[in-house]
This record gives sequence, structure tokens and C-alpha cells, in this order.
Amino acid sequence: MAFREYKVGARMFGFSLGTSMCITLLFPSFDIAASVSTDVALDKQLSAGWDAGFQLKDPLLLGWNKPLKVLVKNDPVTNQPLAEPIYAYVYKPGTSMPNGATHTDSLGEGVKQLSIEQGKVKEAKEASGAVFLINKSGKLPYMENASATRGWTPGDVLKGVADEDISHVGAGKTMFVREGCWWCHTLLPEQTQDWQVFGAPPMLGDFNGESPTAFGSDRKGPDLLHVGSRNASREWMMLHFFNPRLVQPHSIMPRFDYLWGDKDASGQKIDFDKWRAEYNDYREGKNPSPPDVPVPAKDSEARKLIDFILSLK
Amino acid sequence: MLKYLFAKNEDIPAGSAAIFWGFSSIVWFVIGTGLGSFNAAKLAFPDFVTGNEMFAFGHMRQVHVHAVIFGWISMAFGMAMMYITPALGNTKLWSEKLGIWNAFLWNVGLSLGLTLLWIGMTSGREYSDFPWFIDLYIAVFMAVPLAINVWMTVLTRRTQGIYTTNWFFAAGVFMVAIVFIVGNLPEWFHLTGLTEAYLTWWFAHNVLGLWITPVAAAIAYYTIPKVTGNPLYSHRIGHLHFWSVVVFYSTPAAHHLMSAPLPEWLKSFASVEGVLILVPAIAFVSNIMLTMQGKWNMFVENLEVRFTITGVLLAIPLNMQGGFQQTRAINWYVHGTGWIVAHAHLALLGFSTFLEGAAVYLGLQTLMKRKLYSLTLGNMHFWMLLIGFSIYWTSMTIAGLIQGAGKIYEVPYIDVVIAEHPYMIARWLGGTMVFISNVIWLYNMWMTAREGTVVPAGRLPHEIAYER
Repeated sequence: MAFREYKVGARMFGFSLGTSMCITLLFPSFDIAASVSTDVALDKQLSAGWDAGFQLKDPLLLGWNKPLKVLVKNDPVTNQPLAEPIYAYVYKPGTSMPNGATHTDSLGEGVKQLSIEQGKVKEAKEASGAVFLINKSGKLPYMENASATRGWTPGDVLKGVADEDISHVGAGKTMFVREGCWWCHTLLPEQTQDWQVFGAPPMLGDFNGESPTAFGSDRKGPDLLHVGSRNASREWMMLHFFNPRLVQPHSIMPRFDYLWGDKDASGQKIDFDKWRAEYNDYREGKNPSPPDVPVPAKDSEARKLIDFILSLK
Repeated sequence: MLKYLFAKNEDIPAGSAAIFWGFSSIVWFVIGTGLGSFNAAKLAFPDFVTGNEMFAFGHMRQVHVHAVIFGWISMAFGMAMMYITPALGNTKLWSEKLGIWNAFLWNVGLSLGLTLLWIGMTSGREYSDFPWFIDLYIAVFMAVPLAINVWMTVLTRRTQGIYTTNWFFAAGVFMVAIVFIVGNLPEWFHLTGLTEAYLTWWFAHNVLGLWITPVAAAIAYYTIPKVTGNPLYSHRIGHLHFWSVVVFYSTPAAHHLMSAPLPEWLKSFASVEGVLILVPAIAFVSNIMLTMQGKWNMFVENLEVRFTITGVLLAIPLNMQGGFQQTRAINWYVHGTGWIVAHAHLALLGFSTFLEGAAVYLGLQTLMKRKLYSLTLGNMHFWMLLIGFSIYWTSMTIAGLIQGAGKIYEVPYIDVVIAEHPYMIARWLGGTMVFISNVIWLYNMWMTAREGTVVPAGRLPHEIAYER
């Protein structure tokens, strides 16, 4: 290494790579850090929880350590009907707090101060759990820790709520990541004619605190960012996940019948072999209609995934 | 090979590490392309192996990608480094034992990582799908030992200067370590939101630009002069290639996210820098083509040269696509379509695989001192690989253009799926052909090791390729 040219070269190399890192990492970081959370971002991170990919509290991506998105109609403390039903994000005791509560800087200027001062998010503690709301009363939306501001505890909120008002969005997003839905469906309408079919592209600030963003890159099916606005039918989703060819004969989507688990909503054991045999008969024209699709059980993975898909408004 | 894990370094025959890396890479290539063929079958026939979580497309797609990138491409690079770096430094590999342990730990780590991906343990970030503890393993037990061995071999060389190939190897192992550690920051420190999305694609872009592309090119800088006997046409053009890779290829990461709300200046900058990758591309291709002067007969006659030159020729459409498809004018049409899938396979299965194939063929024959078992099977491997890849690339490009038109003219998506169906079948046939060719290759190399004619001392395998 005695050559002088290698000394010069090594410095040139460091300078080139360093400059490139400055331009592609350091400079954009100022812009990205200046983004301010929108209510879309607050909803995403509050409903998905700390992370929807691999994490130590959910190593096999089974949907553990996730909050529930609950439509609250009665005030959980007084039990009086609310003027308007609102969504509450229920973090049971032991559930990791959302990123915005632990790393308030990620909320962006304005939303951060409001969430700390008005929303008291720093008072939310993992050990006792918390209930969050998105407060949109002012110019900027902010994250409100209803456990501190209104005395709502996770237990009280969940007590009087019907099952259809509980949405397992966080666990469902984990299913979305684990099952690789994002290998074929993007969550990013493009800045082209795309938005006429798939809805508006996301705005700056729509992702703060979300992990993983799972934009996807290789589209083999439609974009799903606003799919819940195009099709809000739970029954259609159920048929489509069980066997996409039931509702769309030309679909190349895999069957996700294995997400139903062993038993259906009525506790009956699901006989997949029988179902497939009857379906094959239907496909070959021996039966006039396909067999009925079992309704997924309350705690099945299929229900959680459908909850997530329908939440994509 | 495993008996050398606990042998003394001096007792391990020179070249053992490279042979271990080389055979591992071929096995991973068979596994990776087999998975690719399986996945393609599912896209063509969605009810092929259905209703089982472990064989669902979403569980197997990323296993294919990582088996090929980490198993085939990167282990073939390891093989090339273990073999070429000491040869160009007129020395021995710094540590054969480290090389063997490195290959062993690489195989163990990759098997573990792929199994976890398969059962669904993923970070949900494309190309950095491995959970963070696997990333940590990759950094500590896979990337760093390789970098140490390459760097120490370059530093302890017995030549005065450093040849072009070794600049790329040394810089490549250094850059990939940086790219890997920085690109996985979202996992190490749980960064979220747009930062996470951008760093995902920053990693995905740079791992190609600063690892796969330059290291594959470096192999051509060795094999062509070595086998043809011509000196490299121009050291200076090599310099231009090297520096323009470092400067231009490390910057356009944002062009993968043209529709995300990233800063507009960053997207424009990335787009312009993306066109500038034509500088290293043209420097590289012209340098190798001009080195071939007077020896073009070897393109027909010699297997290693044919592999290398095919790879170099495929770099022309690859970089023409890569340079221009990311500009806004074209990106809006092809983004997110099968066109990009075709492009990615042109880079990894076209350009880089052919170069690595040459290194593995040449290296294994030279180090094992055995002539290729069957040149016929070698030719069959080449042609099936090339034809299978061409079918794949053509069908996916057409499918991508259909998809792009469907996107722009707001065709209902299901009509796009119907129109793509024949091309999905063609893609599966092409991919299967690639898989079968690799099974043939594995057999051929295995038989070379066992029954290949011994190459006499002082001669090179390619010199006696046609002698009986």
C-alpha cells in the first residue's frame, strides 16, 4: 500500500461516498422530519400499534401486541350516549404504546405539542394500557390519551361494545404483511391517471409513525389504499378471501381459506376437503351452485384481515 | 469441506474455501430458481398447490428472491473473491480457514433466515425482509468476515499495484457493509413512516448498485483478459467505470418511489443521476468489448468467454432500461408493472448471473485442477439458461406493457389479469427451463469434481477444453 495514489484514491472514495450519503440521506431527512402528521397518519399508527411486521412481542406475526379500533357510542364512564359515535383505539394493559406516544417528535411540529399538552399522550403507560382518540376539533388533528383526559380505561370502553363495532385493524395489518398481500397489491396509487381508479395518492404526513409502510412495488392486482371506499361489503370480502374465483372467475389471487382456522362462527368444524370437492363439482358443472362459504369465527385470522382491508378508506 | 473447519490454516489446501463457496452457490441457484419456477406456476395457475399456508405465494415469493440474491449471487461473488483476489495479488488467500467458516456460516444463516421468511417472520420491507436479528447475523457472520478476508488478501498481496478487479472487490465488500447497516436502520432503531419507506428503497437500490453490479462487472475484468490472453484494453476506462459507479450509482435511490410524497427535489435529482448510470455502463461494456479484439472466435469456442460476453452484452439493454425507465416520462407508464420484474431479472438472471456463471465455471475447474466433465452439458446449460431467460424477459416485458397501458387507459384491473395470462404461462415455462438448466449444471460440476480429467500442472482448463 505504499503507493501515493492509493492514499489519494482512498480520500477521494471517502469524499464521494460521503457526499452521496449527505445528498441522499442527510438532506432528505430534514424534509421528511418536517412532515406533520395528518389525521390519516394518526389513524394508521393508532390502529396498527407499534409495528405490524416482526417484533419481539409478536415474533411469528400472529397479531399479538396489537390495539383494537372500537366504535364507541356511549360514554364509557357515564354510560350516556355520545353526541356522535367516535372511534377509540384501545391498548389493553401490556400492549406496546403507539410510536407517536413514545416518540412524540415523529408527530411533527404542532401535532406534537398539541398531543403532549392537550392530549397528554406522555401520560399513557404500557403497564396500565390506554385508550386513544383522534381529536380533530382544532386546525391540526392530535392524538388524545382519553385515559388521562376523560378517564376512559380499556376495560370500560370494551365492556359495553358489540362485537361488530370492534375492528382488529392492527392484527389484520399483521396478517397483510405476513401473508404477503403486498407482493401483488400496492398501497400507493400513483401520481397518474391511477387515482381516477384507485383514489388519491397519499399526502406528505400520511405515514408518520407507521411501520412497515408496505407500499409494495410490483402490482399483480389492484391498488388497495382506498379499497374500503370502493367495496365495503364484508360478505364479498369473505367470499373473495375464501376462494377469489367465487366472485371473480378470472382472478389469480391465492385462496386464503386457511386463515379461517378449524372452526367457523357457529363453532362447527370446517371440512375443507368436502368444501373443495363440492367446489370442484361446481366448477365442472356437476353442481348448479358453489358450496356455502363458512362465516369466519370472531377470533379467526380471516376476520382480522377483513377488518384491516375494510379499514382502508 | 467440513473437516477443514477445525483444521490448521496451513493444512487446508489452497482453493478449498473458493470450492466450498462455488458449490454452495450452485446449490442455492438450483433452490432459488426452483422456487421461482414454483411461484411462476402459481401466477399462471392460481389453484396449483392451494389452501396451504406454507405453499402460499405470499410466503414463497420472498424466499425465492433472497435465495437467489444471498445464496446464488452473493455466494458466487464470495467464490470469485476467494479465487480471483489472491490470484491477482500473486499470493494466497489471507485465511482459508476463515473463508471456509464464512461459507459455512453463510449457508447456516441463510437457511435459517429463509426458513423464518417462509413461515412468515418478516419485517415487511421489500429486499430487507429479514427480521433484525437475522440482519445482525448477516452483518457479523456473513458480510464482515468476507470483507476482512478480501481486504487482508489485497493488503498482503505480492504485486505492486492493485488490478481493476480487486478495486471493485475491495470497494464492493466495504460498500455493501455500509449499505446493509444503514439500510436496515429502520429495523435497528424502529424508524417509521416515510423514513422507513425511503430507507427500504435506498437499501434496495444501493445493494444492487454498490454490490451486485460492480462486483459482477469486476469478474468480467478478470475472466476476459485471463482466458483470451489479451491485456485489458484500458486501465483508465476502468478508472472511469469505478469512480462513476461510486458517484452516480449511489445516489438515485428515490427513483423507486416516484409516486410517494418524497421531496420533489430528491426525485428530480434521483432521476437525473439515474440517467448517469449510463457512464459506468458504457465505460464497462466498451472496455470489455475492446479487450476482446482479435479473440472473438473465443466467444463461440470457449464456454467461460461466452458466458462473460453474454453477460456484458446483456448489460447494454439492462442499462438502457435502467437509465431511462426511471425518468418521470417513462416511469409513470412502467412503474409497478411486469416490465420492472423483467428488468430485475435482466439484471440478476441476465447480466450478473452470466458473469458469475463464468467465474464459477472457470474457478472450479482451475482450483480443482479438473477439466469440465462434459462440455456438451455446459453448452446445454448455457443455451437453456439464455433461452429460458429470454422467454421470461420477453413475456414479462410484454405483460408489463399491457399492464402499463391498462393503468394509463383506466382499464378494469381484471381485464389486465386476463390479458396477461398467456404471458404468465410463458414466464413459467421460461423460468422452469432456467431451473432445469441449473440442475444440469449442478450435475456437471459434481461430475467434474469426481471424474473430470486432471488438468496437467502449468496448463489452464480452457487451453485443453477441446483435447480428449
